[in-house]
Amino acid sequence: MTRKRSNAPVFWALFGAGGALAALLGPVLVFITGIVTPVGIWMPQSALSYDRLLAFSQHWAGKAALFVIVSLFFWHAAHRILHSLHDVGIHIHAGMAAKLLCYGSALLGTVIAAAALLAIGF
Amino acid sequence: MTVRKPYVRPMASWWRRNPFFMRYMLRELTAPFVAIYALILLVGLVSLSQGEAAYNTWLSALTHPASIVLHWLLLVAITYHAITLWQVIPKTMPPVKLAGRALPERAVTVFGCLATLAVSIAAFLLVKLL
Repeated sequence: MTRKRSNAPVFWALFGAGGALAALLGPVLVFITGIVTPVGIWMPQSALSYDRLLAFSQHWAGKAALFVIVSLFFWHAAHRILHSLHDVGIHIHAGMAAKLLCYGSALLGTVIAAAALLAIGF
Repeated sequence: MTVRKPYVRPMASWWRRNPFFMRYMLRELTAPFVAIYALILLVGLVSLSQGEAAYNTWLSALTHPASIVLHWLLLVAITYHAITLWQVIPKTMPPVKLAGRALPERAVTVFGCLATLAVSIAAFLLVKLL
């Protein structure tokens, strides 16, 4: 008889990796894409131009970076939100429905990101 | 037959009773902000795959004052996430000894925050100068 192994370490690893990535790159990414470039101070608005982002996302390294950032941010947030449900009085955090909703959203985000990046081409 | 009615401990506002719990909840609250930012980036990726017009619509939406305000909020929340992550790391990693003495938790936290700062400056210059 083989014992059923827990799938928790997989989700915890994704949570940890996403958390570390968000800690290292999150603030500066928000600063660049959401604040200085749209306002046009310290960073020209052309920094996020279509041609530039298209070239970046068509390069294998840029494509990989974008995929890892978007998907791991989702997995990090999904795991943390799932485990906070109990703290805010929603006592279904151990239930399948809550898991499906949280991890399912992260999976959906991952699949959409992969599909978009594949559609952009190489 | 009596219907079983189990006791459910009330959870309302428990975390407001203690500053330690307040900081814990504040830390956990950073997750929705990370999710919102991931969603914004995802919409950007999808619009990029749909061509120049769609991408430029996403880009111009980012210049809306409401978007700028939201991104300041995201910046504060995700920076708080970064600081609290570096505070948690020394508690989760195996103990490190330097010259026979245990490495203080604070040193790991400071090193982590400096790493975030270094990566931020490098990424900013990379986007600006390349």
